[in-house]
Amino acid sequence: MSYVAHVVRERGRYGPYGGRYVPETLMAPLEELERVYAEARADRNFQAQLDDLLKNFAGRPTPLQFASRLTEHLGGARIYLKREDLLHTGAHKINNCLGQGLLAVRMGKKRVIAETGAGQHGVATATVAARLGLSCTVYMGTEDMERQRLNVFRMRLLGAEVIGVDAGSRTLKDAINEAMRDWVTNVRTSHYLLGSVLGAHPYPMIVRDFQKIIGEEAREQILRIEKRLPDHLFACVGGGSNSIGLFHAFLSDASVKMVGVEAGGRGKSLGEHAARLSAAEGFTGARPGVLQGTYTYVLQTADGQIATTHSVSAGLDYPAVGPEHAWLADQGRAVYTAVTDQEAIDAARALARTEGIIPALESAHAVAELVRRAPEMKKDEIVILNVSGRGDKDMETLARYV
Amino acid sequence: MSDAASPKPSSPPQARAGKSDGRIAQRFRKLAESGELGLVAYITAGDPSLDATEQIVLAAAEAGADVIELGVPFSDPVADGPTIQRASERALRSGTTLAGVIELVRRLRAQTDVPLVLFSYFNPILQMGIEKFAAAAAAAGADGVLATDLTPEEADEYRSVVHARGLDTIFLAAPTSTDERLALISECSSGFLYLISRTGVTGERDALPEDLPALARRVRRFTKLPLAVGFGISQPAHVSVLGGIADAAVVGSALVAEIEKAATADDAAAAVANRIRILKRAAREGISRRSAESK
Repeated sequence: MSYVAHVVRERGRYGPYGGRYVPETLMAPLEELERVYAEARADRNFQAQLDDLLKNFAGRPTPLQFASRLTEHLGGARIYLKREDLLHTGAHKINNCLGQGLLAVRMGKKRVIAETGAGQHGVATATVAARLGLSCTVYMGTEDMERQRLNVFRMRLLGAEVIGVDAGSRTLKDAINEAMRDWVTNVRTSHYLLGSVLGAHPYPMIVRDFQKIIGEEAREQILRIEKRLPDHLFACVGGGSNSIGLFHAFLSDASVKMVGVEAGGRGKSLGEHAARLSAAEGFTGARPGVLQGTYTYVLQTADGQIATTHSVSAGLDYPAVGPEHAWLADQGRAVYTAVTDQEAIDAARALARTEGIIPALESAHAVAELVRRAPEMKKDEIVILNVSGRGDKDMETLARYV
Repeated sequence: MSDAASPKPSSPPQARAGKSDGRIAQRFRKLAESGELGLVAYITAGDPSLDATEQIVLAAAEAGADVIELGVPFSDPVADGPTIQRASERALRSGTTLAGVIELVRRLRAQTDVPLVLFSYFNPILQMGIEKFAAAAAAAGADGVLATDLTPEEADEYRSVVHARGLDTIFLAAPTSTDERLALISECSSGFLYLISRTGVTGERDALPEDLPALARRVRRFTKLPLAVGFGISQPAHVSVLGGIADAAVVGSALVAEIEKAATADDAAAAVANRIRILKRAAREGISRRSAESK
């Protein structure tokens, strides 16, 4: 099967998915962002500046660690962990924030706006804003502010204004709505620093491009260590930025299988989960539709109202998925599955006890699927799993379950 | 895997269809003849119930509203401020669907000739199916459609399907729109062109933006369509100066706020009608475009 979306087609389409569905006020700024991004990519100084920040500020490259005890524990494939959790601020989110932060500076915007679910993107944005001297406003659902309290404090300590959003399910989707309203109002002075491969074109492309370094490094590292490509990639999928970041460098390697793991929450009926691409496993309510600027799989009612979602992990608790994932799913190039809240909690504990790594609850979803599948794999198969973030922020939630 | 029709990417703009002799065009012709600023009234359908909306719309038309925009409630109204967000929530709680709003159009059309525009976010239309939506809306007696988060670039299929049913497609123009975009928006619009007065979401404001006259003049360079200005228009003082630069004023949040405050549907209808009469009077007595141009 060929996959040809390395080059984003006109207006950001991935097969039928993607596009640009926004109120007119945002069209010119999106066109400007697309233009400035194209210029920046061609500018060696921009790339040098970004590389320097990624290396000396964020801590790249991240290790690709052989997880010997987890490998032994599961008794199947050889497992490698891509340690994005070791980055500054504790998750892969900083990769994109540094890139977009530099774009904001290039556009002469003095203020950045962000949404956040788990708080990791908010913390990374607040951090980059502080580093680059930009002012920063972060929108966060009040439900998420409660369950990720520590991150709220971190953002405020970094000088960001955190605004609680008390609408809808009071989670990531509602934070994005409010961030978009801020952007549409302050569009001339502010850059919307969107945190995942979501939203209107060019966001899914830009965020993917700033995150694909994860897979590029991992590919080089595994070839050095094992002298061959991996057989399987595992990553969790909320909006889908860490997973697309890992997958992208391997898309042309037909032998590499990719698994995206969604939030199965606490049940398969609409409202109980955040599984958009796992209909084959009985999760209901996902159909292609338009939400927050892009055409993709969306959890919704029959008459097109967006559904509420549930996940123990705030970062996966979102009713739509990045359009490139929708296309990868339709093509069968990546497969998508979901694990429950409880499986994710158990997996977090397993990784903590076998490897001494407490993963973010988001990343724990990928671990949970690996725990299911690895025992059936052959011992010479190779897996790379992206530990997209660390679990410090989830201690209160973990304490309730464990 | 996909079971909803995917929106087709667009090709170059097609010739404008829509109805040059439709109710919207007729109403604007009449307004132009009398040199009077039109009043477009936005009301969230189903807030607090479709029966109440029926009563409110009839009262608004009776009080002199020239065009009624029926807002289809959506769970995630990113272009709307708090007033219309709350109205959308109330409408959804009362069980309002796009199909229900189209049925309301049918009931209204049996009682009034006022032009009716369906004002929706794109997803409910897409989930119904664009073809089925356009057929049902036209059969019910709607005159035009405005999809808030659909710009001409993504709207080729939508436009041809909606025009084929004789409905006008109204698109938004914004202060941030470039000249290239204004040309495209004008090319794709029929009925009237809706100019967003400021960057921001819907909601009442004290003053009109200072750069509005210049913006309206810039838009006029690209279109002969009537120009309706909305976002932040609520007071007689706004309406009385708009006559010099636009063909109609769109009033939304101010009416929706009256409905929110009212204890009963009767009260809501009376309050909305009263607001419209006051604004209409300001429109008649204020600067007209004709007098502004003759200076």
